[in-house]
Amino acid sequence: MTLAQTPVTKTIDARGMACPGPLLSLIGAIRAGAVGDTFAVLSGDAGSKTDIPAWVAKAKHEIVEIVPAEGYSTYVVRKAR
Amino acid sequence: MNEPEAPLSLILFSGTDDRLGAAAILATGAAVMGRPVNVLLQYWALDAFRKGQVGMFHGAAPEAGSRGAELVRTSQAGERHWSELLRQAKDIGDVKIHVCAFSMELFGMTREDLDPLVDDIEGVAAFIADAGTGPITFI
Repeated sequence: MTLAQTPVTKTIDARGMACPGPLLSLIGAIRAGAVGDTFAVLSGDAGSKTDIPAWVAKAKHEIVEIVPAEGYSTYVVRKAR
Repeated sequence: MNEPEAPLSLILFSGTDDRLGAAAILATGAAVMGRPVNVLLQYWALDAFRKGQVGMFHGAAPEAGSRGAELVRTSQAGERHWSELLRQAKDIGDVKIHVCAFSMELFGMTREDLDPLVDDIEGVAAFIADAGTGPITFI
């Protein structure tokens, strides 16, 4: 898989951070951003696989895509409200 | 996040860094998912929240052994430290850290002896009232 041509407002490299660090970084960026902004979080934390989708659903934002790579995944999230 | 969420009520008794770390992760998870969190510090957990001593090594639970204790010591550093997680949890969600009035008296501590992470001194009845009919977890 390759990253779709989604314009990304900000990329957060959270590789090396432990759970729940990548999620906290995403939440911080979303809170500081504007509706419609798109954030890409790079995370190798296994907890992110469940936690980022769970939080995005709960907070009513939107997962644009999740792109697995060697040793990490990229979670692209749009601030929806 | 419109509907009111059931609170997570944690009583922290142990003051070892591994148990405080596990509690901080639980509290952070609940906070980001929109649940109010009430933490009550008793005994050795209260001792770990002394002003200026939060970042010290407070040991590990007995089951950790000496190798486990070293793992806890090295992992509880910087952004991964339980106090930093609690700070972020309080920033993101509704997290209150209360101190048991009885334990304060036991240690002869005053408000000035407590780390700023602590919100207030509370009796156990008020903590139970905040918990409502929800479960209370003792760590």
